[in-house]
Amino acid sequence: MTQGPVYLDWNATAPLRPEARAAMDAALGSCGNASSVHRAGRAARRIIEQARTRVAALAGVSPEQVVMTSGGTEANALALGGFPARRLIVSAIEHDSVLENAPGASRIRVTREGVADLASLETQLARDKSPALISLMLANNETGAVQPVAEAAELAHARGALIHCDAIQAAGKLPLDLRSLGCDLLTLSAHKLGGPQGVGALILAAGIEIVPLFRGGGQERGRRAGTENLAGIAGFGAACAAASSCLADHIRVARLRDLAEARLKEIAPDAVVFAEDAPRLSNTLCIAMPGVPASTQVMALDLAGIMVSAGSACSSGKVRRSHVLEAMDAPETLSECAIRISLGWSTTESQIDRLTEAWGALYARCRASAA
Amino acid sequence: MTASRRPNAPPVYLDYQATTPCDPRVVEAMLPYFTEKFGNPGSLTHAYGREAAAAVEQARCQLAELIGAEPREIVFTSGATESNNTAVKGAAHFHRQFGKDHIVTLATEHKCVLESARALAEEGFRVTYVPVGRDGLVDLDRLEAAISDQTSVVSVMAAHNEIGVIQPLKEISALAHAKGALFHSDAAQAVGKMPFDVEEIGLDLASISGHKIYGPKGVGALYLRRRPRARITPLIDGGGQERAMRSGTLPVPLIVGLGRAAAIAQSEMEGETRRLLALRARLLNGLKSRFPALVLNGHAEKRLPGNLNLSFPGIKALDLIASCPGLALSTGSACTAAEVEPSYVLKALGLGEDIAGSSLRIGIGRFTTATEIDFAVEAVAAALNRLRSGPGVTSASGGTT
Repeated sequence: MTQGPVYLDWNATAPLRPEARAAMDAALGSCGNASSVHRAGRAARRIIEQARTRVAALAGVSPEQVVMTSGGTEANALALGGFPARRLIVSAIEHDSVLENAPGASRIRVTREGVADLASLETQLARDKSPALISLMLANNETGAVQPVAEAAELAHARGALIHCDAIQAAGKLPLDLRSLGCDLLTLSAHKLGGPQGVGALILAAGIEIVPLFRGGGQERGRRAGTENLAGIAGFGAACAAASSCLADHIRVARLRDLAEARLKEIAPDAVVFAEDAPRLSNTLCIAMPGVPASTQVMALDLAGIMVSAGSACSSGKVRRSHVLEAMDAPETLSECAIRISLGWSTTESQIDRLTEAWGALYARCRASAA
Repeated sequence: MTASRRPNAPPVYLDYQATTPCDPRVVEAMLPYFTEKFGNPGSLTHAYGREAAAAVEQARCQLAELIGAEPREIVFTSGATESNNTAVKGAAHFHRQFGKDHIVTLATEHKCVLESARALAEEGFRVTYVPVGRDGLVDLDRLEAAISDQTSVVSVMAAHNEIGVIQPLKEISALAHAKGALFHSDAAQAVGKMPFDVEEIGLDLASISGHKIYGPKGVGALYLRRRPRARITPLIDGGGQERAMRSGTLPVPLIVGLGRAAAIAQSEMEGETRRLLALRARLLNGLKSRFPALVLNGHAEKRLPGNLNLSFPGIKALDLIASCPGLALSTGSACTAAEVEPSYVLKALGLGEDIAGSSLRIGIGRFTTATEIDFAVEAVAAALNRLRSGPGVTSASGGTT
């Protein structure tokens, strides 16, 4: 059996898909600025518009609804800053790129299973008659819990509110359709679905316009200035096309995740799986080994060549309590022992065997020294 | 001397100020970080993340070295437009709490600085747009008069994207600092093309672009002085990357490419400058001998080695471009290339509508060859002959008929 590295941190970033690499190789060989009118510029423009069509197809929208950005964080900042007159309501488990760009926002509570509580949303909407912008993610990056976005959108629209959905973790893992979600704004990131880092998109429902964050040369229909990231956008388009065409692969990924979950719980009957009873992304497992700090687990697994994380990658350099698990009312003694295991299209059963073995060895060691 | 090229060869690229091709050495440095080394540099708990973080830090050092900065003064962004928006809006927003509600910039700045200033004006900030002289250089007396102790930031482009003019940055820095204002420079065209040292100039903030220096599109940087600290409000909040000055997962391959591009620019700058100056003289002399009425816009010496901005009196620039299918040319900034209006920059130099409408920007760079220059001279000369002999156009002296 090979002892190569086992990457199980796909929610932090996913490896580049071969299709994206090929599209980027081709685009890197082209030198035009897509705004130039000469032949090189027109060739660059074609690459971007083809990619835009593919990104649009992933979300079931038309290409002119797609605003290319430098990534999910910028798209979230653009969405939340795009309506200065509206008050903000966000769920308590949003990613930092939503929370930090929504200072003073009121919070929607979540259940113990990590799912936004629609009654809490209704209360927030009813508290104040002024128009609101709601932000609710489609699936949580730490637990994988899928959120009731379509239902929230109905409540929002009934009260004259707009709704933004951060679909960064869900895109490519769940079927995505802006209209059936009923969202006004939707964020995508390329590098979470097999595209490159440094590209993302904000998708606007028909008729929605925003106040831009970057002003300048008027690119992206004046919604986002700056020379387009040609190769990145080409890779994003190709990754979206590849992700849409292999959504069925997630049945296989779900089976591997369920296998990992069952085995870890068999090894450690006291292990706790977060959002266990919620609808969950097929690739995500957030699990606590009680009494063993997450950093100890992550380091022990790293030594065995297995890469997982203690939470979101943005903050994984520091040791900080997860605001997601805190919002789910998990006791601190438990949440500090939670690790995130996330799988992807190239994850294999033998990699799950390696995980099980290493985690099992750590568990045995810790329980022996505690005894 | 022949200037023949293969039929169906791609057009000769003469638009290096719009964008530059990615250097193959840059592409080679980037490729592993797209595929096998794909980690998130925030994932410090495992080897993939640490490998990516190390690559980012190496690139940060390479870029810092090119501009004489400390690595921790470099903030990676999605490009110069973002850097300019962050610097100008961020400085204005941060210093408003100290009663500073004024910013100063030039009438000829890039659109993304002017549009940032306009957005600030909509928020109630006062903006002074200082005019430039016929040669494109700022009038330092008028600039000094414009800056007051209510000015939070003075933003002046280092080297111009259309007319290539290099501003007296050290003098501008002294004027800004004398009134307690920060000095920001959009150095997207300057960095990597000319000596540029943040200490020597006295910069507080500077914007850098990847794709203008043979790196990839979609990445840039903001230089942010630490001592004394240039304080600004960030534009994008989130996971707290880049010392919380710019949140968002770092695009590792693009950053590696920017670092490599900076290192190449630094090691080759001297020789490349000499080579470009020779090629540019060959191009200018060739065109002048075919069209003596030609006018060079912007200061003749204080300009980027790879830039020419030329007026062909009596000829419409768009007609000239259309008559040269073998050349990739532009009338000015790519952001507005599709507009038919003559450049606002040339108008700011005092050029009339007609003469501004007869102007071409010609950008040469690392991959331009003498053969291409000779081909370009022949192609433009032939097109000029066709246009001048056509109906309803102008005489050889350049006067309108």
